[in-house]
Amino acid sequence: MKTTALLVLEDGTVLTGRSCGAEGETSGEAVFNTSMTGYQEVLTDPSYKAQLVAMTYPQIGNYGITADDNESRQPFLSGFVVRELCRRPSNWQSVESVDFFLRKHGIPAIEGVDTRALTLRLRDKGALRAVLSTRDLDPRSMLKKARLVPSMAGQDLARLVTCAEKYHWTEGLRETAKPLHVVVYDFGVKFGILRCLAAMGCRATIVPAATSAEEVLALKPDGVLLSNGPGDPEPVTYAVESIKRLADRRVPIFGICLGHQLLGLALGGKTFKLKFGHHGANHPVLELATKKVEITAQNHGFCVDLASLPKEVRTTHVNLNDGTSEGLAHSQLPVFSVQYHPEASAGPHDSRYLFARFRDLMLLRKEAPSQC
Amino acid sequence: MPKRTDIQKVLIIGSGSIVIGQGCEFDYSGTQGIKALKAEGYEIVLVNSNPATIMTDPDLADRTYIEPLTPEYLELILEKERPQAILPTLGGQTALNLTVAAAERGLFKKYEVEILGARLETIRKAEDRQLFKATIEEIGLDLPKSIVVTDLSEAKHAARELGFPVIVRASFTLGGTGGGIAYHLDELRHKVHTALEASPVKKVLLEESVIGWKEYELEVMRDSKDNFVVVCSIENVDPMGVHTGDSITVAPAMTLTDRQYQEMRDEARKIVSAVGVETGGCNIQFAVHPKTGRRVVIEINPRVSRSSALASKATGFPIAKIAAKLAVGYTLDEIVNDITKATPACFEPSIDYVVTKTPRFATEKFGEFTLDTAMKSVGEAMAIGRTFKESLQKALRGLESGKAGFDFEGSLDRETLLKKLSLPSSNRLYCVKAALEHGMDPAEIAEITGIDPWFIHQLQELVEFETRFKAEPLTPDLLRDAKRLGFSDRQLARLRGMKPAQFTALRHRFKVRPSFKLVDTCAGEFLSKTPYLYSTYEDSGDIKPSRAKKKAVILGSGPNRIGQGIEFDYCCVQASMALRESGWESIMINCNPETVSTDYDTSDRLYFEPLTFEDVMEVLDFEKPAGVIVQFGGQTPLNLASALDKAGVKILGSQIRSIDMAEDRRLFGAVLKKLKIPVPENGIARDPKQALALARRIGYPVMIRPSYVLGGRAMEIVYDDGMLLDYMERALRASSHPSLLIDRFLSDATELDVDAVCDGKDVFIAGIMEHIEEAGIHSGDSACTIPPHSLTPAAIETICRHTRAMALHLKVLGLINIQFAVKDGAVYVLEANPRASRTVPFVSKATGLPLAKLATSVMLGRKLKALLTPKLLRESPPSLPYTATKEAVMPFIKFPGIDPKLGPEMKSTGEVMGIDADFPRSFAKSQEASGYSLPSSGSVFISVRDEDKAELLHIARALRQMGFTLVATRNTHDFLARHGIEGTRVAKIGEGKPDVVDLIKQKSLSLIINTPSGKRSRADGFAIRRTALELNIPCITNIHSCQAAVHAIAVIREATMGAKPIQDYYRQLPYRAVTHF
Repeated sequence: MKTTALLVLEDGTVLTGRSCGAEGETSGEAVFNTSMTGYQEVLTDPSYKAQLVAMTYPQIGNYGITADDNESRQPFLSGFVVRELCRRPSNWQSVESVDFFLRKHGIPAIEGVDTRALTLRLRDKGALRAVLSTRDLDPRSMLKKARLVPSMAGQDLARLVTCAEKYHWTEGLRETAKPLHVVVYDFGVKFGILRCLAAMGCRATIVPAATSAEEVLALKPDGVLLSNGPGDPEPVTYAVESIKRLADRRVPIFGICLGHQLLGLALGGKTFKLKFGHHGANHPVLELATKKVEITAQNHGFCVDLASLPKEVRTTHVNLNDGTSEGLAHSQLPVFSVQYHPEASAGPHDSRYLFARFRDLMLLRKEAPSQC
Repeated sequence: MPKRTDIQKVLIIGSGSIVIGQGCEFDYSGTQGIKALKAEGYEIVLVNSNPATIMTDPDLADRTYIEPLTPEYLELILEKERPQAILPTLGGQTALNLTVAAAERGLFKKYEVEILGARLETIRKAEDRQLFKATIEEIGLDLPKSIVVTDLSEAKHAARELGFPVIVRASFTLGGTGGGIAYHLDELRHKVHTALEASPVKKVLLEESVIGWKEYELEVMRDSKDNFVVVCSIENVDPMGVHTGDSITVAPAMTLTDRQYQEMRDEARKIVSAVGVETGGCNIQFAVHPKTGRRVVIEINPRVSRSSALASKATGFPIAKIAAKLAVGYTLDEIVNDITKATPACFEPSIDYVVTKTPRFATEKFGEFTLDTAMKSVGEAMAIGRTFKESLQKALRGLESGKAGFDFEGSLDRETLLKKLSLPSSNRLYCVKAALEHGMDPAEIAEITGIDPWFIHQLQELVEFETRFKAEPLTPDLLRDAKRLGFSDRQLARLRGMKPAQFTALRHRFKVRPSFKLVDTCAGEFLSKTPYLYSTYEDSGDIKPSRAKKKAVILGSGPNRIGQGIEFDYCCVQASMALRESGWESIMINCNPETVSTDYDTSDRLYFEPLTFEDVMEVLDFEKPAGVIVQFGGQTPLNLASALDKAGVKILGSQIRSIDMAEDRRLFGAVLKKLKIPVPENGIARDPKQALALARRIGYPVMIRPSYVLGGRAMEIVYDDGMLLDYMERALRASSHPSLLIDRFLSDATELDVDAVCDGKDVFIAGIMEHIEEAGIHSGDSACTIPPHSLTPAAIETICRHTRAMALHLKVLGLINIQFAVKDGAVYVLEANPRASRTVPFVSKATGLPLAKLATSVMLGRKLKALLTPKLLRESPPSLPYTATKEAVMPFIKFPGIDPKLGPEMKSTGEVMGIDADFPRSFAKSQEASGYSLPSSGSVFISVRDEDKAELLHIARALRQMGFTLVATRNTHDFLARHGIEGTRVAKIGEGKPDVVDLIKQKSLSLIINTPSGKRSRADGFAIRRTALELNIPCITNIHSCQAAVHAIAVIREATMGAKPIQDYYRQLPYRAVTHF
């Protein structure tokens, strides 16, 4: 008989299911993700630090875990919520089951719950704090715990997921006539970003979140990439400072997700928390310059308030579902960023052109600094 | 980009008759397309030869041509209408092929017509295998290795290079017709020959075998700005080697990692832009090697398809509607998502359930068969569940093939099992269950079947649960677990040795009830406004029952099958419209993804559910409607009616007693006796002795069939004791207590169909249809004409009197269909059915009066006197100043070895209509529309049974007078010669060469008249009919059609044919045609 598990939300919602990962107790902000494939990428995405992720697609684990699709060195999320977990996966690349993977990494998970009912609850009420446990099956005590979970706002989560020391990424590096060197600020970087850089012929040096601008400049980068990462950008003040200084030195900068928000703050803007965020792989984003739509992967709870930015900063991309800003660029500085994930993983590859655009920007800056 | 204003008038091409490979999905897509473009203000001209479609209703398009889908008729329409553009991508392969043919004749240049949706170049790149291959290779993608051949020696050479087995594909054909798999040289010879014959361009592709690989489909859309979305991914449970239409398929793809899936998506994007799909939907098929992951492109369809209909129903994304809008210039980001009404259509649906489609085979007609690359299924059921296990079980019971879910009864030994598992067949999935129960290793089953181990493990979980369910005490938790796996009460009751009703009562006591969730395109991320629902067993549902007081549930007709096709879906849709037009809320329950009835905006609410008593009752318990409509969905809802009635459900329209009085032979006999209406002498037999005695008393030939059958299943005409005993033996094998109806067979009688509406006081006779074929040919397979062309006024008067008397006596409220036979001036009743018949759409189109809507109004309590003008009611049937002829379309070409002749058992899959000033013209059009144009000159081969010889003389003389050469074998030749009719003699098979079959093969015959002997048909007759069929030479198999054909030939030789929209025909009527009441 499988162990019972309980998921309790701060609004009093109680979901009873079966334990399907590690046993124990965990807490965090409950969010949902609507991707139908790519649960492995979700599990290993550092941006999910301190969150309990519910997958809206009901059958998870069908192809198991592969050797090549991890997005970081380990899973960072607090817990995992699914309708049904597959224990006998099938795929030619599969190396282990999700169940095994979760146990190996000590991630508690619950299955057998009505994930659609949970999603509708989160849609209507916004992200909610929650506790998942296989030990405490008393809804009242669980509810108390849920209400004690700290809010995401104001927490510097990037510091918890960034690398301890700088490292290099050369896997899959494409040989090119004009090799480039990119310093990547690791606020919780996904390997997918590093793979995309490598595919563009960019050698990457990944540095911890608290690295100063001077230390970065000492690495002589052709450009700096501000990575994705978890939670609220505002407490990550040290990074905002570094970004300001790098931008002043006209270093080409490309920001992704949390990196986009930090760039927004560095350029003088403000951010705010969305009701339940964007967490899926099917969001249409319109690029204003080309009038073309790309289907994007998204995972963020905070957003840059465009109105708060100086007039030199323009919106480049807009989310067609809710009209929120999805990208910005500076008219005088070689910096730009997007709120969504151009590396996708998981998700469609429509936005990978942005890495090429970053490469071109770096080449232009390198070869004709006056024009840039 | 906004819509185009340089075009005002668009011609849309429909897909013609329902055939295997082209079902009612094109009525669904065409209807969506017409509605979408009309809403944009375009004037729409439609051409479609199929009257049983919603799209040909006169209020949909502005000008509706029910004319043959041939370049000749298309030109007539272009000349008359002068549209600026034509939209061929909503009408399946038929519309694309017609467009290519018309373009080759230069019609679009001549009439300055632009092709929307797909450029000619795109169609060619997608359809011509050689061009397709070149296109795909150019963009660096992988395909199975292949070689195009045009004759047998090339084929042998190619096969040596590719290795056996080798896939044979004919270019430009539908549903894989003419294709197959050749495992050795002999098969290659045969299959290449067939494929060459089937291909209109005489090209055949031999391809490296990817049998056993995983099969995937992507449904994608692209607009003129290169915006691209994947609407849905589909994974086939059956691996490559089985046509996707015959596979169990699942959406979304279940066993691909995100990277694997996205790479496939990237390739799809490259393909559509290389092929040039710029404004519309497209279906792309891939095969993936299960061990290496090598992925190859199989094919693309640059148009909406069966799969796109499935994808639309599976996701809530209306592909055809959006495709139509893209075709007139919109881009995806400019169109709103219909389901959420808040987000744009430029997105990729995310679903939070699993969709399974199961094919429905006509095994009851054509036996069990092996599946291959040529599609053989006649319909499909789709189901939605939260897991694959749940949706599969729902889909299987939705098929109405007797199974309550994933069931196997009986036992098979290991050897038989291994054999059955290795060959894909119409019942292989059930054999997988047998194998699992047998304890066979899932890995071994996966290896033998080529079905991915993931699916086998899912099936194993169902088998394991059954064991648990049999052993554990019945608790609410156990029941809930069972229901969450999709088990029906019927299955569960059987596992516990209980009665289904008893089990359902227990489940209700335990409060284990379904919750109803929404299909919302976005997995709950946004609020959805469209009530498209499915049942599952979860914590909570998404929606409350609607608060309307006046609401009715319509039960649909389930998967298409022979005998129950699009005609019934047409009626259900009309009923839904009528309810809404009368201020009622309409709620539809159906599980057929091809249909208009399962479009989310046809009814106020849509429940996508199997049509079983349990599933229907749960919806009814939830919604508590004022009533349920059962008379439009064919036999499916009718089979549920009495159980629903017993459960206290209010049936709208004719009550159960009326249905019983008509269906129960004894009760019906008593009614007719009372009304003094003659019937052919008849009786019921339960064993051979009784049968012999009865048949001898009545006198041979007799018509024999089991009681309560659909589509004339197992109905036969027997001529002597031997045939009778042979029939009895087969019947006893099927059932230990057969109950057989034996009727006197009225040979050479004229058969008639009557459709009428009764409100309890008055009867409106909408149409009397005279069959072209004599009584004994199933009415569904018979051509028929309205008004009747040979009946005397006295006979018509008698028929009307009997119809009125029966409708009133049976207390019909709504529709009734009665079949009559007239022999030697006497009128007999054959049967009566108080429900919508197959001919309702045909009669509606012919008369301009929507019968199903009229019947619905009556069922809601309105009176015919208030609905129709007094004159129309009094003088019914309405007199028509023109003639409409319906012709049946047969699926014989798909079933090698089947004798293509008509009989009392229905075999047709669809119908077409010809409409013109008189009977011969409308008959000629109906023949042309069914794919056989009557010749105006040439050689006619004649071979008839003795009974027909007298009739033959008139026919032969007429043909000679028109200049035809008559060809006959010795007997017929001598017979004609004796009567002074000149002909050429040809050898019978075995008499020497060239024989008659050689003549057919040389295509030196333009018409074949071959009436099989009623007793035992001879082998050479079979060879003649089969060869003619395969070479598409018109072959008439009964003497009555032959007379009609000769008349028609006489007329078409003299006059040129014209095309006219039904709206113009209706203007000639002595009354006003209406679109609603």
